Amino acid sequence: MLLYVLRRLASAVSVVVATMFAGFGLFFLAPTDAAGAICGNNCSAERIAHIRASLGLDEPFLSQFGAYLTGVLVGRTYEAGGVVVECSAPCLGFSYQLNQPVTALIADALPVTVSIVAGAATVSLTVGVLTGAFAARRRGRVADRVAVAAALGLGSVPFFVVALISALYLAGTVLPRAEHIPISEDPLGWAAGLLAPWLTLGVVSAAAYTRHARAAMIESLGEDYIRTARAKGLSERRVVYRHGLRAAITPVATLFGMDVAFQLTGALFTEAIFGLPGLGVLTLRAFAVFDLPVLMGAVLVGATILVVMNLVVDIAYTVLDPRVRLT
Amino acid sequence: MTTTPYLAVRDLTVAFGDVRAVSDLSYAVPLGRTLAIVGESGSGKSAAALAVMGLHDPATTRITGSVTVGGAEVVGMAPAELRALRGSRAAMVFQDPQSALHPYFTVGAQIAEAYRAHNAVSRRAARAHAADVLGRVGIPAARRRLDDYPHQFSGGMRQRVMIAMALVNDPKLLIADEPTTALDVTVQAQILDLIADLRREFGSAVVVITHDLGVVAEIADDVLVMYAGRCVERGPTRTVLGAPAHPYTWGLLESIPVVAEKPARLRPIPGSPPNPRTPPTGCAFHPRCRYPERVGDTACRDRMPELTGDGDRLSRCHLPRPDQVFRAEVLPLLGTGDQHVR
Repeated sequence: MLLYVLRRLASAVSVVVATMFAGFGLFFLAPTDAAGAICGNNCSAERIAHIRASLGLDEPFLSQFGAYLTGVLVGRTYEAGGVVVECSAPCLGFSYQLNQPVTALIADALPVTVSIVAGAATVSLTVGVLTGAFAARRRGRVADRVAVAAALGLGSVPFFVVALISALYLAGTVLPRAEHIPISEDPLGWAAGLLAPWLTLGVVSAAAYTRHARAAMIESLGEDYIRTARAKGLSERRVVYRHGLRAAITPVATLFGMDVAFQLTGALFTEAIFGLPGLGVLTLRAFAVFDLPVLMGAVLVGATILVVMNLVVDIAYTVLDPRVRLT
Repeated sequence: MTTTPYLAVRDLTVAFGDVRAVSDLSYAVPLGRTLAIVGESGSGKSAAALAVMGLHDPATTRITGSVTVGGAEVVGMAPAELRALRGSRAAMVFQDPQSALHPYFTVGAQIAEAYRAHNAVSRRAARAHAADVLGRVGIPAARRRLDDYPHQFSGGMRQRVMIAMALVNDPKLLIADEPTTALDVTVQAQILDLIADLRREFGSAVVVITHDLGVVAEIADDVLVMYAGRCVERGPTRTVLGAPAHPYTWGLLESIPVVAEKPARLRPIPGSPPNPRTPPTGCAFHPRCRYPERVGDTACRDRMPELTGDGDRLSRCHLPRPDQVFRAEVLPLLGTGDQHVR
């Protein structure tokens, strides 16, 4: 088990480094010039060259990438407007447009995104699995058809449309206005401020869980051990929601691992539409003004979250299914 | 031994849509006796057993006739009453313990759950009781094995767990549906002995469903042979196996391999069981039977024979003197003379 985790961690690190390398290369090859973006419209060729030199943009690709990796591991220094900025590890670069280290920017934005994704994932898992189980129990009947149709309908509407409607008509009226209050300051305010984005993102991604959980439940309810449970004289509720649901959770966990990527993308829209200062908004802004260091930082954090979540799900299998052994 | 039947099935018919799985089935099992129900796959023996437990989905199954367990009518019983009956007074052991036990719960939890479903006791007490029962069915170090999952047991031990789960509430009726089919031959005898011991110990009524006449000879007091959803022959095991009165039972006997000095050829029953959607006219067995022409005219093709006989000994065949046909024509083929019953 420990050996397995160590091996997986090693491969996780190589995946993250490869992602960074690819991301770095992509921006390096891009036709937009970072120095030009910093300098603005009325900019002399001399000044651009000066900025390029001070950012190290004129150095070869590999040495830039090397300097970046070094920064992540041990920290480095940046020169900004004549001042030398100390950027300690993990240094994800320095945003010249915002005049701040990327690590600090992400440290501010990450809790917002994590709060949104964690809350939304809780909502989608709960709503999706319960709806799926409910539909499976009434397979073929009206309640089942309504649940399936609703899941299909919600899953077909582009997410940003649902988010826009919810932001315009629900937040601030039926639901509290969307805002981010750090959980350490006011846990209740934190939950209230994020309720609208949670429900929006959660209910939309619940659609996939509903379909998955329904299929998994229909399969598990047809198993012999369900008949055994009935033969023991258990109540129908216990048969379905204990014996049936327990077996349906494993396939749902698989979906959960893959769904985190969708949730992160969904958080990007959610933050932009509800005006929450998270990683998504930070990335969108960086994208618009070609703030390469911030984009790289976001890629790195996103890749790390995905890789870690996949590892967590694989380890969770050993808890969910006693027959699974990790070797 | 009491003669009042604890389980009484009268004119039971089980239909899925317009397919009849069981037709007009009647039998009775008193406390302390074992009835074996024999037949091929699809003969309706499992469908009949599930009806006794009320385990068919009422939305897709139509059940008529009567099933009484300890005097209580099961057909049409309210769900709550049915739940109280299942697992307490009447319990069932299923064919394949690999799939019939829940893979995600420990055996201790599964057995204790069956106990707690019918007894208001603490978790701790239920767990202690589960360990007792597990020990009683012959699982070594029962207390330590409570926290193991089904996949950590061998096939035979898993079936013992299944039996322990069925016995946890001391049922008066035990139905075992092909309890040894999924097991190694060496383990089969142990499981049969266990069932026989438990019946002696608790004096329950036992129904064993099987397609294996060896199992019947070993464990059953009475035997009921089913074909295409109907009883074709019924009676005490010694008479049914010693002097069977139905060509289908003869076919079953002929298709058992026997260890003898001069091996007799196995004679499988020709053809295959009828499709329940399009049952044959007349006697359901006539397309595979060797004797319709003996009956003369076209009776076998036209008329379903009645289940006739005296007292406990019944059969459903148009042949005028089946006992003579058996002695003269079938017995020599069995290769064991009069000793064909083990």
